[in-house]
Amino acid sequence: MTTTAYEPNVVLATETFDVVGTRPIRHDGTDKVTGRAEYGSDGQPVSVLYCKILRSPHAHARIKSVDTSKAEALDGVKAVVTGKDFPSSPPDEEWSGTTGTFKLKDLREHRLATKKVLYKGHPVAGVAAVNQHVAQEAIELIDVQYEPLPPIMTAPQGMAKGATLLHDDLFTEEAGEKGDTPSNLASHLQYKKGDIEKGFAEADVIIEREFNTATVHQGYIEPHSCTVHWNKDGKVHIWNSTQAPFDVRDMTAGILGLSSTDVRLTPKEIGGGFGGKWEPYGEPICALLSKKTGRPVHNALTRAEELESTGPTPGSYIKVKMGITNEGKMVAAQGHLAYEAGAYLGSPVDPGAQCIFAPYDIPNVLIDGYDVVVNKPKTAAYRAPGATNAAFASETVVDEFAEKLGIDPIELRLLNAAKEGTRRADGPVFPRVGCVEVLEAMRDHPHYSAPLEGPNRGRGVAIGFWFNVGLQSAANMNVNGDGTVTLTEGSPDIGGSRVGLAMQGAEVLGIPAEDVHPSVVDTDQIGFTAGSGGSRVTFATGWAVYEAASDIKRQLIERAALIWGVDAGDIEMEKGVVQSKSDPDLRFTFKELAAELDGSGGYVSGRGAVDPKGEGGAFAGLIVDVEADPDTGKVQVLRATVVQDAGKAIHPSYVEGQLQGGTAQGIGWGLNEEYFMDPEGRMANSTLLDYRMPIALDLPMIDTVIVEVANPGHPFGVRGVGEVNIISPPAALANALHRALDVRMEQLPMSPGNIMEAVWKKGK
Amino acid sequence: MKWIDFVQPQTLDEAIKILGENGANARMLAGGTDLLVLLRVNPDRVNNPKLVVDAKAIPELNELSYSPGSGLTLGAAVPCYKVYQNKEIAAAYPGLIDSAALIGGIQIQGRASIGGNLCNSTPSADTIPDLIAHSVTCKIAGPNGTREVAVEDFCTGPSQNVLEPNELLVSLHFPAPPDNFGARYIRFIPRNEMDIAVAGAGVSVTLDNGTITSARVALASVAPTPLFVEEAGAALVGKPANEESVQEAANIARDAAKPISDMRGTMEYRTHLCEVLTRRALTTAITRAQGGVVDAH
Amino acid sequence: MPTKTHVQTRINGEDVEFLSEPRQSLLECLRDVIGLTGSKEGCNDGNCGACTVNLDGRIVDSCLVLGVEAQGSEILTIEGVATPAGLHPIQTAFLENAALQCGICTPGFIVASKALLEAEPNPSEGRIRLWLAGNLCRCTGYDKIVRAVMDAAGKMS
Repeated sequence: MTTTAYEPNVVLATETFDVVGTRPIRHDGTDKVTGRAEYGSDGQPVSVLYCKILRSPHAHARIKSVDTSKAEALDGVKAVVTGKDFPSSPPDEEWSGTTGTFKLKDLREHRLATKKVLYKGHPVAGVAAVNQHVAQEAIELIDVQYEPLPPIMTAPQGMAKGATLLHDDLFTEEAGEKGDTPSNLASHLQYKKGDIEKGFAEADVIIEREFNTATVHQGYIEPHSCTVHWNKDGKVHIWNSTQAPFDVRDMTAGILGLSSTDVRLTPKEIGGGFGGKWEPYGEPICALLSKKTGRPVHNALTRAEELESTGPTPGSYIKVKMGITNEGKMVAAQGHLAYEAGAYLGSPVDPGAQCIFAPYDIPNVLIDGYDVVVNKPKTAAYRAPGATNAAFASETVVDEFAEKLGIDPIELRLLNAAKEGTRRADGPVFPRVGCVEVLEAMRDHPHYSAPLEGPNRGRGVAIGFWFNVGLQSAANMNVNGDGTVTLTEGSPDIGGSRVGLAMQGAEVLGIPAEDVHPSVVDTDQIGFTAGSGGSRVTFATGWAVYEAASDIKRQLIERAALIWGVDAGDIEMEKGVVQSKSDPDLRFTFKELAAELDGSGGYVSGRGAVDPKGEGGAFAGLIVDVEADPDTGKVQVLRATVVQDAGKAIHPSYVEGQLQGGTAQGIGWGLNEEYFMDPEGRMANSTLLDYRMPIALDLPMIDTVIVEVANPGHPFGVRGVGEVNIISPPAALANALHRALDVRMEQLPMSPGNIMEAVWKKGK
Repeated sequence: MKWIDFVQPQTLDEAIKILGENGANARMLAGGTDLLVLLRVNPDRVNNPKLVVDAKAIPELNELSYSPGSGLTLGAAVPCYKVYQNKEIAAAYPGLIDSAALIGGIQIQGRASIGGNLCNSTPSADTIPDLIAHSVTCKIAGPNGTREVAVEDFCTGPSQNVLEPNELLVSLHFPAPPDNFGARYIRFIPRNEMDIAVAGAGVSVTLDNGTITSARVALASVAPTPLFVEEAGAALVGKPANEESVQEAANIARDAAKPISDMRGTMEYRTHLCEVLTRRALTTAITRAQGGVVDAH
Repeated sequence: MPTKTHVQTRINGEDVEFLSEPRQSLLECLRDVIGLTGSKEGCNDGNCGACTVNLDGRIVDSCLVLGVEAQGSEILTIEGVATPAGLHPIQTAFLENAALQCGICTPGFIVASKALLEAEPNPSEGRIRLWLAGNLCRCTGYDKIVRAVMDAAGKMS
């Protein structure tokens, strides 16, 4: 492991600001370093009960009977519920939210199964008791009779003719039409650009490869946790660890048959999410138990329940075929992406298909994506969902091209790089984007030209794209008499977003970031705000803050006009100073004007509620050096440099943090993480001992380069930064490993055992 | 966790009496880093005990004494950190420190004991091949007095050992290392810490003027118990301490391995690793026997 | 009817007595019985270090200690790291180096790092990474955490 001199490295900054781009201490920092911050399982209400959930031991089975009587009789047990306690579900009633459109009956069966269990860990009953130990004893007394069925474990298996079906009412959706025979194939999408056959005919070199990637989990350190109180007035209050308060509120309400606003959701601090905390798991069960007992009910998942029963990201089968000319021009690209959705439809195969060839301007593209249900937990989003699997495939093929043609891997990418005006296969035309700038920054970085000597060592690169989202956010700001400003917003702070939002408001008002006091509030206290994810908080909630601060600015100008008796049009406010343009003596600093508000018309509030459309897609790349042990297949990461276009880094330290964190997750995904399934379709490694995430000793320092190609769709140029950095590492590692050990990996993870097998296979 | 009662005997006799009265319903607790996890998720494997008996107040189980003449007595409940923090012991038994400083990270080493790792008796235990390499003897106490068992005979199957329900492990005895003795334990794990061994090799050699006069080789994770490969050690006796001899022994170790395929490794991979690890461990053991200093990590 | 055990300890410099069933871990006792929720549960089996406390001078996973085993012990939790005078240099270093994102692992890292710097005032990067191998972070990739510890070491010496 080498330590390089730490120089935060910002390239191509387009504009300098007073607050944006600085590095103030985060406002919630003191609470988080002293153990005061309250996460999901901290600070329970009085008379709370503890819930444990009984789960299926089978990957696929029919439920024949459920007998809860012994559990109900156990001393200390206050209530037991099953799926029969949900309202009855009309067969076709649907629920829609950010995560998609689903049948309500499926949402209910997913939380508490009554007919079939579709994965090991599928909930069947819930118990509320005086403590977690009694609750645990109680669930072991519930008698469930199952009729086991053959499990479907992979997408190809699910798609095969005659495969056992998970659902008798799932019909394949294809080109807007629904099929008429039940299937495990939930949907087939296709993106086309140009003429793929013509493209391959023009190619001098064609490479076709197949890849298999294992299921992996987001691995947030704080398990799902919730407390629910079904109050006597019919209103439900949820406190939980979530990234998406409004989405979880809405889905829980839908499942319970309530109107959304009969449910109030107070997000606690969140110990990681990465996309996996966007749906309710324990909430509906705790709600039913609370209704029965009249008391608040708390549930926290164990780590095994997290791994087995929340939402990992799909395992996948991907086939990539690409064609290139001898001069290095990509002329054709074809992808077949079959993703495991888990027990219910909705894998991120579509985003994967949108991103797979996105870094390149290729005239002829054909992408087929298949969403396949399998007997594993229903997948949820994981940081750029779907794109990492896809990039592992495409970016290793691009590397093979570079090797075959004798062109430098970054130069080859530059030759074909997407630019403003390039059309993606899925339709959108790129506005101003930073693909070229990211590649150039990689090429010009000292890491790329540093000598790498020694046997079994290699350097690899890869690049990825993520579109980032906008969606709705709201923010309110109130000016205090002392010149500080409170900010309320509804985006759970998963990575330092509070401070970035405060900084954007401070920038508009021309005051220090420390003078803005941000709070994350609950769903009754702020307007609808989509979840913290999709790389959207700094962009979209930032827009809402920008609007709220701008609203305050307008009002302050009007107030000054009133105080001075001049026309508002004569007044401007820049860098925290309110000034008459015609009379320089008429001047207020922000603090001075704030002190005048009470008595001149009252304090000032600003609001913003936005659904911004100008989100900026982002590119990121990784340069990684590895050393592989040819006798064991073990890979050590020697050096890593991640380069990413952030548009504008509001708080560079937390942007660097996103780059480093996504890179570390991508390294774990690439080298060791996987769901190991036994022949009966059950996860065998559901502990953090055998689900192996990187530890501090596994990684070197991760150097970062923030490229800033401003997004014209945001006042400060922000592009989402959270996700795109996870996409390149598995492919970059594979490319480095190829140079270290002369072996090309076609599966994830590239664990030591898998690498040795590849080495042996090659030797034969 | 199911209900347990907890008792903390202050003497060895008291502990024996408690075990006598409760038999398989009682379980000794040292560091707790394995037992507590099992009690929560797989209590069957430890016979569903109703009573947990704390070993940590019993003087004999907390003994840590060494002299160059008589060797090392390591009480069954002594946590790993006490072993590697003891400079004299660390200098005398660097091979033992390989295991003690390896298990599970600093927090685990603050509680876990080598005796407990032995009594947990899994084939993947990181200490047992090391103990075998050091020719350790186990002192066991019961209602009929004490008995000694060679550590290579202690484990009888996965999670099974020679302890009767009314017996407990008191201490481990390490003979004083002869001159020109070197031992080494290494394991293969996919990460750089915190993992269970996919395979492990604990070895020792004694040299006399460049010739190996005695050697022991033991393997982890490749059989139902830690595997003492006597023939690998025997093949080294009388041979020069060089690459060729080491390779021969490593090949014998590989051929003796009887691993299964499971989520941590396939049969083929584990077998292959036995040769690699035995070879590397023996090479370091020889370096140590020749007076070289090699750190645990 | 099962009864609880009366346990006497010293926690963060103060005498604390609590009642515990033998099956309750020290982590559970700290959080659910005593109300010190700064130590976190991430795995309950010694694989993540989010529950790290200092027990009689050694860092341990409090999920692997029974509450009843803590009888007579001296315990430091995250809540005892800062003093009335202010934050500990390690805490300040974490803030200044942005060494936390979601913050759930931070208490464990701070308690573990404090023990390291008290035992070894000037550890190398490799030594820091080895010492902290038992603390998982999923957000940061460890880079800024290691820098924060090195920064704190520099300020404490």
